[in-house]
Amino acid sequence: MATLTKTNRRDFLKIAGTTAGGLFIGFNWMSCDSPKMQVISTEEVLANAKNFNAFLSIAPSGDIVIYSPNPELGQNIKTSFPMVVAEELDADWSKVRVLQANLDSDKFERQLTGGSGAMPHSWERLRKAGATAKYLLVAAAAKKWEVSADELSTSESIIYHKASGKKIGYGEVANDAALLTAPEEITLKDKKDFKIIGTPVKNVENGSIFTGKPLFGLDFYREGMLHAMIQRAPFGMKIKSIDDTAARNVAGVKDVVTFENSVAVVGTSTWPLMKAKKLLKVEYEADGKVESSADHDQLFKDLLANGKAEVKREDGNVNTAFKNAAQVVTAEYQCPFLSHSPMEPMNFFAHVKADSVELVGPTQTPESARRAAAEVSGIAPENITVEITRLGGGFGRRLRADYVSEAVHVSKMMNAPVKLTWSREDDLTGGAYRPAVRYRFEAALDAEGNMTGYKLRGVGMNAGNSTRENNFPAGAVDNVLIENVNYDSSITTNAWRAPITNFLAYAEQSFLDEVAFAAKKDPVDFRLELFEKAKANPIGGELGYDADRMIGVTKMAAEKSNWGKNPNVKQGFSVYFSHRTYVAQVADIEMENGTPSLKKIHVITDCGMVVNPTGADHQVRGGVVDGMGHAMYGNLTFEGGLPTQTNFDKYRLIRMKEVPAVDTYYVDSGFDPTGLGEPCLPPTGGAIANAIFSATERRLRSQPFIDQKEFQDLNLGIKRA
Amino acid sequence: MALINLKINGKATSVDVEEDTPLLWVLRDHLGLVGTKYSCGIAQCGACTVHRNGEAIFSCITPAASLTEDEITTIEGLSKDGDHPVQKAWEEVDVAQCGYCQAGQIMNASAFLKKNPAPSMEEIDEAMNRNICRCGTYHKIREAVAMAANSK
Repeated sequence: MATLTKTNRRDFLKIAGTTAGGLFIGFNWMSCDSPKMQVISTEEVLANAKNFNAFLSIAPSGDIVIYSPNPELGQNIKTSFPMVVAEELDADWSKVRVLQANLDSDKFERQLTGGSGAMPHSWERLRKAGATAKYLLVAAAAKKWEVSADELSTSESIIYHKASGKKIGYGEVANDAALLTAPEEITLKDKKDFKIIGTPVKNVENGSIFTGKPLFGLDFYREGMLHAMIQRAPFGMKIKSIDDTAARNVAGVKDVVTFENSVAVVGTSTWPLMKAKKLLKVEYEADGKVESSADHDQLFKDLLANGKAEVKREDGNVNTAFKNAAQVVTAEYQCPFLSHSPMEPMNFFAHVKADSVELVGPTQTPESARRAAAEVSGIAPENITVEITRLGGGFGRRLRADYVSEAVHVSKMMNAPVKLTWSREDDLTGGAYRPAVRYRFEAALDAEGNMTGYKLRGVGMNAGNSTRENNFPAGAVDNVLIENVNYDSSITTNAWRAPITNFLAYAEQSFLDEVAFAAKKDPVDFRLELFEKAKANPIGGELGYDADRMIGVTKMAAEKSNWGKNPNVKQGFSVYFSHRTYVAQVADIEMENGTPSLKKIHVITDCGMVVNPTGADHQVRGGVVDGMGHAMYGNLTFEGGLPTQTNFDKYRLIRMKEVPAVDTYYVDSGFDPTGLGEPCLPPTGGAIANAIFSATERRLRSQPFIDQKEFQDLNLGIKRA
Repeated sequence: MALINLKINGKATSVDVEEDTPLLWVLRDHLGLVGTKYSCGIAQCGACTVHRNGEAIFSCITPAASLTEDEITTIEGLSKDGDHPVQKAWEEVDVAQCGYCQAGQIMNASAFLKKNPAPSMEEIDEAMNRNICRCGTYHKIREAVAMAANSK
């Protein structure tokens, strides 16, 4: 159904227009003296284009520029956002050019990449941006032809008047249209009339990516800039002494400067700095807790047993439920620290001038980059510009602006433009990691195998809350107790793709599998019973999920995976709700010479309407590969405040040969689109572990799977089919 | 410092750098050819892959001074208009997510297909196993290599 909505003032502030508009017509891009059609540069298009709103400019040539405000790190936002604008505009997609917008908090809201939230936040705003411009273009044509706008229709950047047979291109009325006042309310298209949304549209930056054009922060170059690399202190330590004599003697090194707990080597190119950094002799001393993974393991056990817990949810009375239980199932699950390890290491360009700062680089939160720069430089945020480059991955690492602060520090101290580069070793040792966590689950079953009580206690590190108390199975069980214990670690931690749920989903989905087996129920039926219960009579207060949509993906997963039908295929099921999206997965394993061989993962996703099927498949498969890779191999351990694994030779990331087939399906639930950057990752570890149980009757309760001592005979590390 | 003569993408060039400077940093910092990426610096991820006389090498661990007799090809020189069969397949399959590793993937795939124009899927997996894609575009890489092989 078409919707009538109020326009949002902030996203629709008109930008001061340029004046050269009309002159653009007649430009010789169709000229006969050139055998090839001349391509107009984007600069020329922009010089002549009229701004319709923060997202959209149209030139008299018919070229359309769509600004994508959110940082692009591979989630394909720079393609999918413009698709939504172009849809409502009824634009000719081949005339659309997409530009990354700089940070501009007057024009845009929520200019960040995180939480899989961009599409749900901007869906309506983007549609309105396109619809409003179309309204104005049509109004301008109606005025020109002296007919009613109701008599006009649009398609692929052309306005038609059926009665007279007239037609006119958007470009030809763009100047007139831009002079009109945008309406307060606008009618959006009926979803069934969508022509661009729902079709596979290729990444708008493919051409540049596949030919090696400068796109990323690390590719940025400014005449006269200096390069910098930094030696950082181990976690919980501070600098005691510095001997930089040898480092300074390296040809190409200009200076060595120290700020806070960091020593920066500065020079004219990268390689000499890599050498010089190794020659720095920096002694450190304890300045807090200097932690190791062995200490963490002990801490987890102590805090699970005796830690001061915060109650996150309490429904019914768990004590009575467990006292009256016919059977109690208990299990503990643990995971290690993980590094984000995006392929492009941290880097940023900063130029601190007398009264302004210029920032260029990869950030998921340009606003915090600006804030960090203001703090370090003392210059007001309004005098700080942030140009957002393409990000070579993020996974949450670039939500932090620590490396932006560093670049600003060095630029300020050197009084010069500076590009800071982190080495891979810096990235692994100076991370803001996914913290280790340990959970204890307990379930009470009655004599019929009904789950009457459920307890979860999580011990997290710097996690705030290591649980998700409003998630399933809360709502489906009468007596629930969910508690959190937090430990303050001196190791920096931060959001890592699907924070908390990236491991909690595995632990919970594996535990529910354990409970289903204890109850002698099929794992899929067991969950469906619980969903039906949550649907009919939800227990307790707030719930995050919609039981109907859980049922939808679960039933489709059973159907598409041929659940339980083939005795030679051992299957594991998991289903999880996170980031507003519902995902069910089934892993297929076949035993080969005593080794479980992972053949396929079936993925059923309900993310509402799919904007770009190619982009969606990318996020679904990417999430599954990521979830599998880290469940199987990911392991960062600490010794004396430093990670033991400092590069990809020791820190194992998943590779081509280890990746099974991934089949993707989408539930057409009719809802507006939700994000896909994260929600397909959480269920994967559980599906695989449950399939391994189904094949071997052995339960993996810790990650990474390949490092579990009692599973070495299964050779879990080897390849797919 | 030493003057090193190189032949890159068909053009003779010389750079004045320390003798141990890896080709990667000569390309990126001295010649402005930033399509070749730095990611691990220890020949583990393949983001820095270029061709030496048609063979895929890790430019992050190969001193430029050891390449004075060789023809070096980078992603910028793989084709004139970005229309090498591998690049075309990458576009057709829409392989990239973040895109950072893709130049290295393309350089590895193109060197591999030159040696083995009609590979099996297993051979594709084996050859592409030396490049890491942190976004997990492996399915599409596999599909694109197979497509490029068929397109010849």
